[in-house]
Amino acid sequence: MVVSFTINGTRRTIDAPPLTRLIDILRDHLRLTGTKEGCGEGECGSCTVLLDGEPVNACLIPIGQCEGCELITAEGIVAAGKSASLTEAFVEHGAVQCGICTPGMVVSAYALLRRLPEPDDHQIRCALAGNICRCTGYGGIVEAVKHAAAALKAEGAR
Amino acid sequence: MSAVVSVTVFISPFPRTADRLTAMLQQSPTPIQGWMGTSPPRVDGPSKVAGAAKYIADIELENAIDAAVIRSSIPRGRILGIELDPAFDWSDVTVVTAADVGTNEMATIQFDQPVLASEQIRHAYEPIVLLACGDPAKLALAKAHVNIRVQPLEPVLTIDDSVSQKELIFGTDNVMVSYRLVRGDARKALERGEVLLEGTYEVHHQEHMYIEPNGCAAWWDDSGLHVIGSFQCPYYVEKALKHALGLPHEQVDVVQTVTGGAFGGKEEYPSVIALHAALLSRKAKRPVRLLYDRKEDVECTTKRHPARVRVTTSSDRDGTLRALVMDVLMDAGAYVTLTPVVLSRGVLHSFGPYKWEQALVEARAMATNTPPNGAFRGFGAPQTVFALERHLDRLAAKLGMDPLELKKKNLLRGGDAMPTGQVIASSDAVRECIRLAETESGYHEKRATLGLANLKPGQRKVRGIGASVFMHGAGFTGSGEDRLKGRVALDLLQGGRVLVRSGSTDMGQGTDTVFRQIAAEACGVPFEHASFATPSTANVPDSGPTVASRTVMIVGSIVEKAGRELGALVRAEMDARGGSFAQATDRLLDRDGRVTVEKQYASPPGIHFDDKTYSGTAYPAYAWACDIAEVEVDLDTFEVSVIGFWSAVDVGRAIHPVMCKGQLEGGALQAVGWALCEEILWKDGKILNPRMTTYIVPTARDAPPFFTSLVEEPYEHGPGGAKGIGELPMDGGAPAIAAAIEHATGLQFLRIPLTPERLFEAWSARQSKEAE
Repeated sequence: MVVSFTINGTRRTIDAPPLTRLIDILRDHLRLTGTKEGCGEGECGSCTVLLDGEPVNACLIPIGQCEGCELITAEGIVAAGKSASLTEAFVEHGAVQCGICTPGMVVSAYALLRRLPEPDDHQIRCALAGNICRCTGYGGIVEAVKHAAAALKAEGAR
Repeated sequence: MSAVVSVTVFISPFPRTADRLTAMLQQSPTPIQGWMGTSPPRVDGPSKVAGAAKYIADIELENAIDAAVIRSSIPRGRILGIELDPAFDWSDVTVVTAADVGTNEMATIQFDQPVLASEQIRHAYEPIVLLACGDPAKLALAKAHVNIRVQPLEPVLTIDDSVSQKELIFGTDNVMVSYRLVRGDARKALERGEVLLEGTYEVHHQEHMYIEPNGCAAWWDDSGLHVIGSFQCPYYVEKALKHALGLPHEQVDVVQTVTGGAFGGKEEYPSVIALHAALLSRKAKRPVRLLYDRKEDVECTTKRHPARVRVTTSSDRDGTLRALVMDVLMDAGAYVTLTPVVLSRGVLHSFGPYKWEQALVEARAMATNTPPNGAFRGFGAPQTVFALERHLDRLAAKLGMDPLELKKKNLLRGGDAMPTGQVIASSDAVRECIRLAETESGYHEKRATLGLANLKPGQRKVRGIGASVFMHGAGFTGSGEDRLKGRVALDLLQGGRVLVRSGSTDMGQGTDTVFRQIAAEACGVPFEHASFATPSTANVPDSGPTVASRTVMIVGSIVEKAGRELGALVRAEMDARGGSFAQATDRLLDRDGRVTVEKQYASPPGIHFDDKTYSGTAYPAYAWACDIAEVEVDLDTFEVSVIGFWSAVDVGRAIHPVMCKGQLEGGALQAVGWALCEEILWKDGKILNPRMTTYIVPTARDAPPFFTSLVEEPYEHGPGGAKGIGELPMDGGAPAIAAAIEHATGLQFLRIPLTPERLFEAWSARQSKEAE
C-alpha cells in the first residue's frame, strides 16, 4: 500500500503493507530512532508521536491509517527548535536520567502545553500518565514542564 | 504545591572532617559552576531529549542479522534430543547449540550456569538453541521448526519445597549459601526479656522494568571479538566472553552503548546475551544483533530475590531493645549468579540503625527451579529492612508507643557497635534525618489526627502516615574493595583539558556528568574542560562494576585522587616554566607525548571484615535516612493513593544536588511500586504477566509528590565528602507505606504487595470477625 503523509514538516510517500506499525516505518524506514520501543503494546509511551496534533503510541498505529496525516516526532519538536524552553527545562530540572522515555515524554508534554499553556501539577501528571519513566520518580519531569510553561508564558509576554 | 522541599544541613562529627569542610568552603565561598556541589546541566541531556542519543536498538550495523533464543518450556527436566525439522530450509539460518560453545559455563561468582543447556533444564526459560537469520520473518518461522525433546522432572518452585527437599536440586540440601552472624547469646537473652515478639514477614519478586530492554550486538574481525550493548558492567561481560570462548583480553572489546536504565538488571545477565550473540556471529560470520522484547526480558532476566524473614525480639517494657533473632530465607532461583552477596548484604542490613546487645542472624538462600534471581537496587537490604521495620512497628503497637519514638529511642549512638562489631563514630546524621522528615511531613500531628481512630461516620476515604528509619552501606561488602582494586585513568589533553577513563558506566544515574565534576574540581579546571570516555574494555581500566552504590563514593574517590595528582603535575610545570594551565599542559604533552595518571583504589586504614566470623567493618561508610509516607485508602475500592512522600537522607555530600535528588526520588518510587502494585504472578514455574500491561509500575498519576531533604555528614574518604546513595532509597519505602496503611486501616500487613485485593480481603475478614 502506498501511503503519503507529512513527517516533521516533510512530505513522504512510503510503500508498505498497511498493517506495518508506524513505529517500524519511523525507525526502520525513515531512521527516526528518537521514537523508542519499550513494550510494543501501547503501555510505556516511549514511542509517543503526534498524529494530527494528538499524542499516540506509534507501536499501535498501522501505517495504513496515516494517509494524509501530519506526523511529528521528538526530533521534529526538538531539532526544529519548536520548544527550546521544554528541552532546557528537561535537562535542568532532572527530568532526564536514562533518557529512553524522554523523547516520548517531551512529545506528550509539548502536546499538553499547546492545549493547556498553564497546566497545574495534576493536569501535568494526567497528561504524562501514558509515559512511563522508571528512573526519576516523575518529580523532575513535572517540575520541568511547569518551568517550560512559565518560560513559554514569559516569551509570549515579550 | 511545591514538589521538592530541600533543606541541606551540614553535620561535621569529626574534627578532621569539619576542618576540611571549612577549608573547602573558605577556598571557594561560592562554588564554581560545574564543580562539586553545583548542578550543571547533565552532559547527555540535550541528545537524550532530542532523541539523538543512540541506544543499542538505534545503531545501524552493516550486514547485521537478528537472533532468537529457543528456551525450555518446562521448569525442570532432561534434554533428550534437539531436532531440526528436515522439511524446513535451514540454508540461511545459523543454528547454535551447547556443542558450539567452547567452555560451556558462566559465573558471576560460581561457574554453575551453562551458556546453553545441554543436559539439565533448571528453569522454564533455560536457553537451549540459538538461531540467527537475515530475514526476520523467516527467523520467526524457524523457531517453530526446532524440536527439543525433554523428559520432565518434578520441579522445586517455592522456598518451602526447597527447604523440605521435596526434590534435591542443589548440593546436599538445596542451600546455595548460608551465613550466621552472632553477637552475644541472643537466644538466651530472648528467654530473659520482658517483652517477646515474633513475626514472619514476606516480600516478593520485583522486576526492574528499565524502559530499554536488554540487548547487544556482536561481530568478529581480525582484531578479535567486538560486543556493544546495554551494559551495566562491561568488564563482567568481557570476563564471561574470555572464559567461555577462550579469548585473551587483547582480543575482546566490550563497549557500552547509551543505556536505558538498569537498576541491577543489566549487571550479570548481559553476559548471557553477549555470549549468545558472539557465538551466533562466530558461526554466521556476520554481525549479530540480539535484542530482547519486553516479554523475553521480563521472563528471562534476573529479579529481586523474594524473601521470608522470621524475626523474634526481646525488649524491656519501656521499649529498650535487647535481643534480635532473625531467620532469613531467600529464593535464589536456579543458578548462583550474585546470590551469595545479595544474601550477605541482606544480613548486614538486617539489624538496622539500632542498638542490639545480642543478635543472631541466620540466613540461607535456597535453590529453586525458577529463573535465577540477581542484583536489584538495594541488593538484599530492602528485604530485611522491610522485616525489621514492620516488626518494630508491631512492637510499638504492642507497647503502646509511637513507632518512630520507639525507633528513635533505640538508635545507635556514637561509640556504639553494630552486631558485626563495627563501631560507629556518630549517629547525628540519622537523628537529623528523622527530625527533618518528622517536621516537614507533620508526622506527629498527622499520627494524632489521621487514621482509622479518627474516621468519621460515613467517610469512605481514610488517611494514615508511617515512617521507616534505615541505612545503606556503600561499596563492596567487607574486604571486597581490596580484592577489586578498582582503577581509573585520567589523561591530560591539549588546551588544559582532562579525560576520565573508567569502567564505571552511566545508565542514567549521571556518572558521565558527576565524574567530570569531580575531575574538574580535583584538577582545578573548568567543568567544560573535563570529559568522560565511553566505557570500552579496550580503552578504559577496570574500575570494578557499576554496582553497590560504589560509583561516586569509591570510584569517584579514585577520580578525585588522580585528578589532584594530574592537576599538581601541570601546576608544577606552571611554577617551573610559567604560562597558563593550558600552556603548561601543551608543553607537557609536547615533551612526553602522553600524560596519564592511573590510580588504584586502596581502602582507608582500619577497614577489615572477617568473612568467617562475620564481624568487622562491613562497609566503610553508611548513608542514613528516614522515609515518611502518607497514604489515603479508599474504603470502597481499597485503592491506596500515596499523598506525600518525605525522605530525609544523609548523602555525605551532594555532588550534583539535582541528580542526587533524582536518584533518591526515583529509587523511592521503585519502592512504592514494590509495596503497592508490582507483582510477578507464577504458574508452574512460568510467569503469567511478563508484560508492561500486566506487571504494573507506577505512572506519573500514581507517583506521590516527593519532599526530599538532603543532610550532608561528610565521609572523609569520599570525593568532596560524598557517600554512595544509589541503592538506599529502595530500602525504606515499603515499610513506610505498610506502616501508613496500618495507621489508616488498622490492618497489620506482614507481607507486600498491598494490592486492593489484599486490603479488601483483610478488611472483610476483620468485619466478619467483628460481626461474629
